[in-house]
Amino acid sequence: MFEIGGKKLKSRLFVGTGKLPDYSLIEKMYYEAGIEVFAVAVRRIGPNTKHTKNVLEYIPKGATIMVNTSGAQDHKEAVKIAMIGRELTDSDWVKVEIEKDTKYLFPDSFETLKACEILVKEGFKVFPYIYPDLNLAKELEQIGVEAVMPLGSPIGTNKGIGCEVLLKPIINEIKIPVIIDAGIGRPSHAAQAMEMGADAVLINTAIATSADPLKMAIAFAKAVEAGRLAFEVGLLKEYEYAQASSPLEDFISG
Amino acid sequence: MVSFLKEAEELFEEYKDYAPSHREICEIIENKEFLTKEDLAKLLNVSSKEDIMLMAKKAQKLTRENFGKVILLYAPLYIANYCQNGCVYCGFSSRKNYKREKLSFEEIENELRKMKEEGIDSVIILTGEDRINSSFEYIEKACSIATNYMSEVSIEVYPLFEEEYRKLSNIGVVGITVYQETYQREDYDKLHPFGPKKDFEFRLNAPERALKAGFHEACIGPLLGLSEPKKDVLCAILHAEYLLDKFPKAEISISFPRFRSAGTEFIPPYTVSDKEFIKFLIIARLYLPRVGIVVSTRERPSLRDALIDVCITKMSAGSKTTVGGYAEEKDEDAEAQFEVEDRRSVSEVVDVIIKKGLRPEFTNWVKGVKSV
Ligand code: SF4
Repeated sequence: MFEIGGKKLKSRLFVGTGKLPDYSLIEKMYYEAGIEVFAVAVRRIGPNTKHTKNVLEYIPKGATIMVNTSGAQDHKEAVKIAMIGRELTDSDWVKVEIEKDTKYLFPDSFETLKACEILVKEGFKVFPYIYPDLNLAKELEQIGVEAVMPLGSPIGTNKGIGCEVLLKPIINEIKIPVIIDAGIGRPSHAAQAMEMGADAVLINTAIATSADPLKMAIAFAKAVEAGRLAFEVGLLKEYEYAQASSPLEDFISG
Repeated sequence: MVSFLKEAEELFEEYKDYAPSHREICEIIENKEFLTKEDLAKLLNVSSKEDIMLMAKKAQKLTRENFGKVILLYAPLYIANYCQNGCVYCGFSSRKNYKREKLSFEEIENELRKMKEEGIDSVIILTGEDRINSSFEYIEKACSIATNYMSEVSIEVYPLFEEEYRKLSNIGVVGITVYQETYQREDYDKLHPFGPKKDFEFRLNAPERALKAGFHEACIGPLLGLSEPKKDVLCAILHAEYLLDKFPKAEISISFPRFRSAGTEFIPPYTVSDKEFIKFLIIARLYLPRVGIVVSTRERPSLRDALIDVCITKMSAGSKTTVGGYAEEKDEDAEAQFEVEDRRSVSEVVDVIIKKGLRPEFTNWVKGVKSV
């Protein structure tokens, strides 16, 4: 169990829904992989049509919806999208995602900070998607966000924890939860994030675009659990040089 | 603005006879995260089936990573076919003795209602190019009606002024489609003997004005067959890149409609084979992994279906290309601007998408974001 955004959760794996081939997978992931938090892009919440159903109809009652502001071009749009999202989903969890460009999809730190300030005041539980930037993370913590969501490597790249040296200080220094978001391509990457001490991970592309999203979600859930257990036990250090005792030692210590 | 055209021209000249070896092609697609402009110009000359298949594999991977397993759907709504221009290749041209129509606002509502019944929730509103018979105010009103029915409204009308785009953006229009027809100025000039469309640059700059005015999306491209196809494709891809650089947050799409006969005697100077056409789309994806790719109903169903797996991100479904064609049965062949090859209903297209393990989707933008 861990606490985040005023909720007690069992699973530390959050899943994005925007790229899924079929929304009916959401329910299966909830029951079979134990996933409790689903990120939903507000821009894609369409009404029911004859051919497509609203994503919200697929999210089980017990699950938590994290509305995502992706597509927002600046803080004003992000705030507006969050408001629309809260209205539509009845959830006050909002992932603030404001991207600077569509080539790398890097988050826009200035606009993100501004949006978070407003949204915290508006009573949202705010989860900003950010660069692994300790100073920014600290400022956001001060403002009162629920958690920070630094990227592991650029969105959709499946490159894993490419920013370990930048993520570590955030995990060490920040008291609110740290959720590694973006770039995680394999269960082993997720396990690595958890071993490092991250509180949770959010996976989108790697699950949604795999050949079997449900099975992959289960794989990720297990990896996240394994990584967390290992972190709690404390990993053994890696030694650069062999540990064999040498006769020299006796002289030095003697 | 036109600097990218000059660049494309120079690149084309430099590499037009360059045939990259199999090894070089592998080098380019396997080892590079982003292709250089030179790579792009070289790949346009690839001709072996094996190499194109190799490129297709990479394109497919990039498409899924960036767009997920989602295909956006939309349908066109032709509200008027008056036109002041004399494009030599078009059946709507003002030289044609052709029955002109324009829907009343009530008829537009009927059309939208009918579309909605068929399950369409994203619409692109089209007119011929005639500022007198389809005034800006007429288009504006039509768009504002459409936003009441549809999650997403885009336009494909004559190039507007920035202020006009701003007005449309403020009522919730999110996208613009404007085809340059050809990027080769001289050919453009000959193909457009009279009418406001003669202004090459005003048209070329239209997507830029729209994005500046707050539009989220722009779809661009040449009409393949009117001029040297490889050169036009190169220009269009660099045009898309130019727009992405200038409006990094916008979503840019590209489309390469192939010329189809349209009740004129015009014979296009170039024909583009399926193989070339497919290659062009794949190259667009390889060079710009996040650019949207649209394939129109001019292409036949089997080809569209095959491309869904590889690089398409957006397609039309259940299209009627005659004015008032949704509410009323009309003879599409006799009246449409060009021949439609894919006449499948929305349900049929949706079925194909689902069978391929993908999710059909009508909504790309949340409504009302613009009215901040
Ligand atoms: S292509 Fe467009 S502008 Fe040209 S004649 Fe046809 S309808 Fe008019």
